[in-house]
Amino acid sequence: MEALGQYIGAGLATLGMGGAAIGVGNIFAQYLAGALRNPSAADGQFARLIFGFAVTEALGIFSLLVALLLLFAV
Amino acid sequence: MDPIHQFAITPLFGEGTFAFTNSSLFMVLTVLTITLFLILATGRGALVPGRWQSLAELSYEFVANTVRQSAGNDGMRFFPLVFSLFMFVLVANLFGMIPYSFTVTSHIIVTFALAMLVITTVILYGFWKNGLHFLHLFVPSGIPVFLLPLVVAIEVISFLSRPISLSVRLFANMLAGHITLKVFAGFVVQLVAALGALGGVLAILPLGMAVALQGLEFLVAFLQAYVFTILTCIYLNDAIHPGH
Repeated sequence: MEALGQYIGAGLATLGMGGAAIGVGNIFAQYLAGALRNPSAADGQFARLIFGFAVTEALGIFSLLVALLLLFAV
Repeated sequence: MDPIHQFAITPLFGEGTFAFTNSSLFMVLTVLTITLFLILATGRGALVPGRWQSLAELSYEFVANTVRQSAGNDGMRFFPLVFSLFMFVLVANLFGMIPYSFTVTSHIIVTFALAMLVITTVILYGFWKNGLHFLHLFVPSGIPVFLLPLVVAIEVISFLSRPISLSVRLFANMLAGHITLKVFAGFVVQLVAALGALGGVLAILPLGMAVALQGLEFLVAFLQAYVFTILTCIYLNDAIHPGH
């Protein structure tokens, strides 16, 4: 029964990655929209794009980490 | 069949805490590769660069532009640190893409050591250069006084979580990517073992997926090295120019 709780918890933890997916998709969508409007300014914002992507993605990775810890480390 | 098995650390010789493990072997290989590449590529110093020299100059220019953009020209004094970090993480990630090899960066202790190196540099240099003015980092200007305790608490927590997020991002990306690769490769074996010839035909699907994921992993290996570098530059920028 303990293992059952682990698996349910790990499954629930992966739901958090959906939120990160929305966030990362939003970042790239907004970047693309802005880049199509003003292509000459796009290259200068690439570093900020990657920074925003990294900060957002970290939260999804955290929930993946919780799932992995539940499966293999608890 | 256990997808976690590829991350096991086994001592090659020696024993206990000071054993020379497969992780140590790949770290040494990584450093040797970078050193040999840079020495051999730039040793001749031709005016018109050849292929190898172009590659070395390309990596130098790439990191130098990142440092200048994110940390300004003052940040260039940290260029050796940032360039070493970028090359180490990139080559360690790429070594991990070779089948049957070991991914150094898939272990939290390695990435956490790298992240602590960055954060310690930021804190020491920040206090050495700016004195107590460095603490302005936690007090953004233009905030109403009654909101200040809350904002300062948030800024302190966000600063303290930096080494964790910096290290966990790299390690979890490499770990998750390699586990996914192993799981899809395992599907191929399991299909053939369970269904025989029919399984062999069906196994084309997971095999194609594994090949596509391998390509994606090469992208991730480079992207995570770049993300690590750019975040290092942004944190160093806080030490060089605190208080925004």
